[in-house]
Amino acid sequence: MLIKRPPDIRSSEITDQSLYLNRRAFIRTTGAAVAAVTAEVVARPLMAAGQGLDDKPTPYQDVTTYNNFYEFGTDKSDPAKHAHTLKPRPWTLRVEGEVLKPKTWDIDEIVTKFPAEERVYRHRCVEAWSMVIPWGGFELGKFLKQAEPTSFAKYVEFTTLHDPKQMPGQRSGVLPWPYVEGLRLDEAMHPLAILVTQLYGRPVPNQNGAPIRLAVPWKYGFKSVKSIVRMRLVREEPNNTWQVVAPHEYGFYANVNPAVDHPRWSQKRERRIGELFKRPTLLFNGYGEQVASLYAGMDLRKYF
Amino acid sequence: MTQAQWIKRVVKPLAFVASLGPFAWLVRDIVTGNLGANPVERITHFTGLTALTFLMITLSITPARKLLGLSPLIQLRRMLGLYAFFYAVLHFTIYGLDRTLFEGTGLSLGSIIEDVSKRPYITVGFTAFLILCALAATSTNGMVKRLGGKRWQRLHQLVYVAAALGVLHFLWLVKADIRQPATYGLVLVGLLGARLVRERRRRATPSAALAPPVRSGVAVGSS
Repeated sequence: MLIKRPPDIRSSEITDQSLYLNRRAFIRTTGAAVAAVTAEVVARPLMAAGQGLDDKPTPYQDVTTYNNFYEFGTDKSDPAKHAHTLKPRPWTLRVEGEVLKPKTWDIDEIVTKFPAEERVYRHRCVEAWSMVIPWGGFELGKFLKQAEPTSFAKYVEFTTLHDPKQMPGQRSGVLPWPYVEGLRLDEAMHPLAILVTQLYGRPVPNQNGAPIRLAVPWKYGFKSVKSIVRMRLVREEPNNTWQVVAPHEYGFYANVNPAVDHPRWSQKRERRIGELFKRPTLLFNGYGEQVASLYAGMDLRKYF
Repeated sequence: MTQAQWIKRVVKPLAFVASLGPFAWLVRDIVTGNLGANPVERITHFTGLTALTFLMITLSITPARKLLGLSPLIQLRRMLGLYAFFYAVLHFTIYGLDRTLFEGTGLSLGSIIEDVSKRPYITVGFTAFLILCALAATSTNGMVKRLGGKRWQRLHQLVYVAAALGVLHFLWLVKADIRQPATYGLVLVGLLGARLVRERRRRATPSAALAPPVRSGVAVGSS
């Protein structure tokens, strides 16, 4: 089963690139201050409320200025401010561990060999906000198969670059560096799990995880590790960074689940960026039809 | 002009206007749509941080009076405390809206009740807010008279509890980066420490112990 994109987001709903790029300029030219006020304070939320529960792509501006990437600071505006020090070229990505063909890939070879196809995914942060993001990438499974995992390979461990010169946030001990994430091999092989090289049809910006990152849309955002330098096929479940930091709050699976609250906040509803009124959070972020079978018989409360 | 007059006629009005600064920024950012991708979150964090900052400034008035020998600074304390309350009200209001109207599930207090009862960082933050409400309500001259100076002072010592709970609220809220709440915590410990040191000195001097507890702060030996 090849799933090119979730069935409920049509490409016709995607804002034309020239339109979203011109959005701010448009407001400015038409905009006496009054118009701007009305748009931001009154019209935007009201429009959002009237929209029902559609999945309009989140504006490029919001996707690239509001996100967590602690390697550049812990405020959600920090990555956009500080990620200019990251050098996405030259870049290598090592695939190793329980594989027959370990290899150090050059990023340009990856980009050439795996052309990006657009996937518009819902992105749900564990902090209860969400976006709809037009990623460009390719299936992680296809990439991993190149390495020919052995029968001992049960999990994939992903590692982010560790270089405080490029990632100034790593000079603080806020998290144990480097950032590590993991997937069960069958999760990694699922066609919805993609390696991302593009955002809105352009190379993914530094602050969003250049030059290559993961997008696993049915899991909380922190699973979608950024600026990856290594994938290791392993036998044991990897200890992902947030689980190490706060094991009672963040698990290995981190599947989006409105029935399992974060200890400090509810996960029942979420705020879609750009909207005032929250919407219900969907089990597996609305991708249950495709991925629920991966977790058949598992207690999702225990394996949160 | 005497020192007291100078503080009353110049410093206090200036401080009044300056204290409106954060509010003015906020209004400007709302009006210009400059609150980023998640305006509700931005407003919540900004007002909370400002409230906590004003609490610390308020608590530093008494040590500052001693340190600088500027007793008339006392004239600023109530105003600054009320500003802390003002920003706390904004903070609680935006949080309250977020957990009722903005939930998009109709108007119900369910989310707030769940928060206050189930989530410790909300419980302590809410308690701090209730304390500030009580202190603001009893902040008038009339209330000082009605309660009597000593009782009023002991009630208003709760400001330390509110500040400590406020810091705890902040500390328990952050995911991993505790540097900012820890900074507030250190400031609070410093302010409390300064007070305790002064207390001990005062107790150590017999003549001072006999003196009536001046308006400055804690009523020594009143229990």
